[in-house]
Amino acid sequence: MSEYPVSEDDVVDEIAILHLPLDAWHRETGGRMVEFAGYHMPVQYEGIMAEHLWTRESAGLFDVSHMGQVFISSEEGVTPALEAAIEAALPVDLSTLKVGAPRYSLLLDENGGVLDDLMITRWASGFYLVVNGATKWDDIGTLRELLPDEVTLNHLDESALLALQGPKAFAALERHVEGDTPLESLTFMKGAAFKLGGVDAWISRSGYTGEDGFEIAIPAESAEHVADLLCGEPEVKPIGLGARDSLRLEAGLPLYGHDLSPETSAVDADLKFAINKRRREQGGFPGSDRVLRDFAQGTPRRRVGLVLEGRMAAREGARVLLNDQEVGLVTSGGFSPSLQQPIAMAYVDTALSAEGSELTIEMRGKKLDAKVVTMPFVPHRYHR
Amino acid sequence: MTRYFSEDHEWIEVEGNLGTVGITDYAQGQLGDITFVDLPAEGATVGKGDSVSVVDSVKAASDVYTPVSGTVAAVNEALADQPELVNTEAETGGWLFRVTLSDAAELGSLMDEAAYKSYVDSL
Repeated sequence: MSEYPVSEDDVVDEIAILHLPLDAWHRETGGRMVEFAGYHMPVQYEGIMAEHLWTRESAGLFDVSHMGQVFISSEEGVTPALEAAIEAALPVDLSTLKVGAPRYSLLLDENGGVLDDLMITRWASGFYLVVNGATKWDDIGTLRELLPDEVTLNHLDESALLALQGPKAFAALERHVEGDTPLESLTFMKGAAFKLGGVDAWISRSGYTGEDGFEIAIPAESAEHVADLLCGEPEVKPIGLGARDSLRLEAGLPLYGHDLSPETSAVDADLKFAINKRRREQGGFPGSDRVLRDFAQGTPRRRVGLVLEGRMAAREGARVLLNDQEVGLVTSGGFSPSLQQPIAMAYVDTALSAEGSELTIEMRGKKLDAKVVTMPFVPHRYHR
Repeated sequence: MTRYFSEDHEWIEVEGNLGTVGITDYAQGQLGDITFVDLPAEGATVGKGDSVSVVDSVKAASDVYTPVSGTVAAVNEALADQPELVNTEAETGGWLFRVTLSDAAELGSLMDEAAYKSYVDSL
C-alpha cells in the first residue's frame, strides 16, 4: 500500500523539521506525529473521525503553534502613520477595527494573487497578526518590504498558540480564566487579555472549525501547563491536524496552499469580505488594480462547495467536468464525518457556480456525480 | 489453508488455487478511519504488484496491490455499505477480493506470519 501525497508542498526536507513547544506533550498524549509546515505535528490521537465528532459535540484542543505570530508597532505607538503603512500593505480598513477585535485579511502580491490569509487584531500598543505556518517566513519578508523602516515587525516566536473549539469550549475555558472582563463578554471575533491558569493569555473568540471557540496565545514555556489544564476538563480532548482539516472543510473555510494561492484572487476565492468596503472603493493596497477590476467585472471562475454522490472522495487536483469538458479543479476534498458523505471545494467556471449546478468529478478514472451547494457544508455555530 | 503477507501490507490466504486478499491490521491502523473501498471488477485479469483496489480514509487514498497474478473471482460486497469492516475486521470479514491464481510459484516471494511480524516490528 502507498499513500498519495497530500501535496508536494507538504513534503519537507528532514533537516529542516522543527519541534513545537508541545512536542513532548503530544507524544506523551498519544499523538501520531507527522511533518507539516516544517514542524513535527500530531495528525491524530485516537482517530480523525472520533476527534472530529468530539469537537462538534464537545470541545477539542488544537496546537497551532506552527502558525506565525507577528507584532507590528512603531516607537510613537499606534499613530495615523502606522495605520497608513499597514493599510498600504493589507486591504484592511483599520478605521473600523476596534481594540481587541481580530479581523480576517489577505496578504496580496502586486497582481492581486493571494500570498497568505491571516488575522489582524488591534491591540492598544500595535497590531497582532496570525499567519499560516508554511508561509510565515515569506510573509515576514513580504511585510518587511512593504512596511517603512520606522515600522517595527516582531516575530513572536516565544509564543505558543492553542485553539479550543466546540460547543463546550466556553464552559471548559471559563473555569480557568480571570480578567478585567468576564469571558462571556467576548462574542465572535472579539478578544481580550486574561490570566489562564495564572498565565498571561491573549484570548479571542475565533477559530477554524465553524464552532464556537477560542484561540489562545500564551508564552511557549507555559504551553504544557495550559494544555494539561484544559485537557483535564471532561469536555476537552486533544485534536490532531487530520480533524482540523476535515472540520475546516465542513465549515467551508479555505486552506492556504490548497484553496488559496498566488493563482487565486479574493474575488474568485469568494472572499470579498476580506477586502473591506472602503478599501474596495479606494484601492491603495498591493494588487488593488486587479482586485477592484475583479469586483467590477467578476472573475471567470469561482470557489464553490460540492457534495458528491456515493462514498468515494474527490481529492485535490481532481478535474471537474460538464459533458466531458473540464470546467474546474478540486482544491480540497474528503469524506465529511458529520454528513457521512464526500464533500469538496473546487474552482469552477462562474457560469456553472450557482447552487444546484450539477457537475461530474473525475477521480481515478471514475466519474462521480456532484452538485454545487452553498457553503458552509455544516452550519456555523459562532457565538455572536 | 496458508496465509502469506507482502511488504506492502496485504495478506493473502490461499486454498487450492483461490486466494483471498485484504490489508493487514497494521495497515488499517496506519490508515485510520476507512470511508470507502474501491474494488476491482470481477473477472479482471491482474498482475502481481498491480494496484487493483483503493482504500479511502478520511485523510487520504491508498493503493492496494495484488500480491499475486490471476483473475478476480469475487469482491467483498459487504464493504459497499460497511467500509469500516476493513478497520474492525481487517484480517477476517474486511477482506477485499478473491483471486484465482495463475502462478502459484509467486507465493514463494511472500512472507509468512512470523516474518511479517518481524518486518512490521522493524518499521
